[in-house]
Amino acid sequence: MNLHEYQARAILLAAGIPMLGGDVASTPAEAEAIARRLGGSVVIKAQVHAGGRGKAGGVKLAATPAEAAEHASRILGMKIKGLTVGRVLVVPAAQITSEAYVGMIVDRETQKPVLMVSPAGGVDIEEVAAATPGKIHRVAIDPRYGLLPHQAMGLSFKLYRDLAQTRAAARVMTLLYDAFMANGASLAEINPLATTGDGVILALDAKMVIDDNELERRPDLAALRDESAEAPSEVEARRAGLTFIKLDGNVGCVVNGAGLAMATMDLVKYYGGDPANFLDIGGSSNPDKVVSALRIITRDPNVKAILFNIFGGITRTDDVANGIASALEQFKVDVPLVIRLTGTNEEEAIRVLQAIGMRALSDMDEAVRQVVAVVREAA
Amino acid sequence: MSIFVDHETRVLVQGITGRDGSFHTRQMLEYGTRIVAGVTPGKGGQRFDGRVPVFDTVVEAVAETGANASVLYVPPGLAAGAIAEAADAGVRLVVCITEGIPAVDLLRILPFVREKGARLIGPNCPGLIAPGGAKIGIIPGNICAPGHVGLVSRSGTLTYEVVNHLTRNGIGQSTCVGIGGDPIIGTSFIDCLAAFQDDHDTDAIVMIGEIGGTDEQQAAAYVQARVTKPVVGFIAGQTAPPGRRMGHAGAIISAASGTAAEKMAAFREHGIAVMERPVDVVKLIKERVVSR
Repeated sequence: MNLHEYQARAILLAAGIPMLGGDVASTPAEAEAIARRLGGSVVIKAQVHAGGRGKAGGVKLAATPAEAAEHASRILGMKIKGLTVGRVLVVPAAQITSEAYVGMIVDRETQKPVLMVSPAGGVDIEEVAAATPGKIHRVAIDPRYGLLPHQAMGLSFKLYRDLAQTRAAARVMTLLYDAFMANGASLAEINPLATTGDGVILALDAKMVIDDNELERRPDLAALRDESAEAPSEVEARRAGLTFIKLDGNVGCVVNGAGLAMATMDLVKYYGGDPANFLDIGGSSNPDKVVSALRIITRDPNVKAILFNIFGGITRTDDVANGIASALEQFKVDVPLVIRLTGTNEEEAIRVLQAIGMRALSDMDEAVRQVVAVVREAA
Repeated sequence: MSIFVDHETRVLVQGITGRDGSFHTRQMLEYGTRIVAGVTPGKGGQRFDGRVPVFDTVVEAVAETGANASVLYVPPGLAAGAIAEAADAGVRLVVCITEGIPAVDLLRILPFVREKGARLIGPNCPGLIAPGGAKIGIIPGNICAPGHVGLVSRSGTLTYEVVNHLTRNGIGQSTCVGIGGDPIIGTSFIDCLAAFQDDHDTDAIVMIGEIGGTDEQQAAAYVQARVTKPVVGFIAGQTAPPGRRMGHAGAIISAASGTAAEKMAAFREHGIAVMERPVDVVKLIKERVVSR
């Protein structure tokens, strides 16, 4: 789950990382009041889950509170990469003499938390990695011991010459590591970690992604989710316990298991169709989940037919069949359904479907070919 | 023979009295797996279905029954601790089925598990099965058949789909291993490839990967360098949009890498035959293996 900058800032500030004051506003009047309180020039920053905010006009410098209100009114409601800006962050403008990058990730390769730093701060780190990989320095951390002092200082000397600044940045790295682990993050970045005119080290931006698996035990973090940034169908699906991702095609897909769901979408494409979504009903097969799945998919006006691909292991195929029957009783589904199911309790599933005048296929390729043909006829 | 497990493996079930644990324990017993013990804290002294002794701790279960493998059906918040408990008790093979374990929990316990010399399979995996020998986990036994193809996969039901095609076309399996869909997992493709290469009962290997990370690319390079047996591979997620988590926590294309196209190219470059569709496994294996 992506956090907004103002949310990540609050976490890192609470962890003790030095930052300038500032606050979040959802109206121009609020932005003006914050600017007045801060005094001097401020920066107005759009809070959306998208990179390239500056280029899109979502970051502006304001010399006076009135100008802050003016910029805020232009930025609030603006669309950046399809996302509407609902909030702006108002922070004091800083005089910067250098910018560095400091970031933490869960690294798949070393299977460790990895701290990365670069003297090339203020730009997208992936661009640095592609153009000048030599400018990125990293250390894999053993969580049993945490970030050791010499590891932090070693990286910090890659960024600074002045000993006081080196120590200050090493402290930021240690605090960032602690906050990363304490909040179950999969990414935490400070970009830039800036040096001001008077030599002070400050975090001027903050980005955090929280591991979705962390949210169950951390309602405080789960509460930070901004549902306005998501497709309504995806919000509804998550509440129903489904993993759903909306795509642009016209073949709705209901599948059990993430790998099979992806392979099903791929096969739809292989036979010349276009998947309308990724949908995994999960391992246990509650018929209600199937009802929710059908409700969500049928609401998409692009969908011309729906494919079920169920390989019963833990999932009982009769539960899925009962879910289909129950959905058809509850609401109208006016697109054709093509159902493939095989595995646990398939005889019973076939009986349930026959009773409502539907039939089930047992072969995945046959089902996909059929649904693609049905969509073609409808077009 | 098979890899990691055989009919002599003595299995204990952590979370044996839970809903999933009890259901799958019965399935494993029915398949012929030697389930020697169960562990549920607070239920020590009971017998599961009147036959499997239940203990409060793994260390007691190991001492009393000689269990050398463990399978976990433990809720996500407790699973990392349960993995560490099994490793600490000297269990050699720890299979974690649980989905949804926070990555930081795994980062914290993995060094400990390795130090204890245990092999972790998973988490977020269907486990493994040596058809005709033993199954540890949740792979349906009836879709597998004994034979000489080794299979390793990041997925659950997609594995079933592929195994089903093999079995229905008379191609049996030596061992099928689900290594799990999380970014941080205990056993990698390379670990399984190395074991299959050394297994006299395995003639060919099927690798089922998906988008996200670079494990498949590294495995492909390993195949070219070290594996003499034929390998065929599949990658799920060709139609997945970048930046979205496709169900599995590990199935996300980042700006840097992880696309299906990139992984399929790595397969081809290193001599792995690429399946366009799951059903292609039959043709590609038949072309490469003379049945024994």
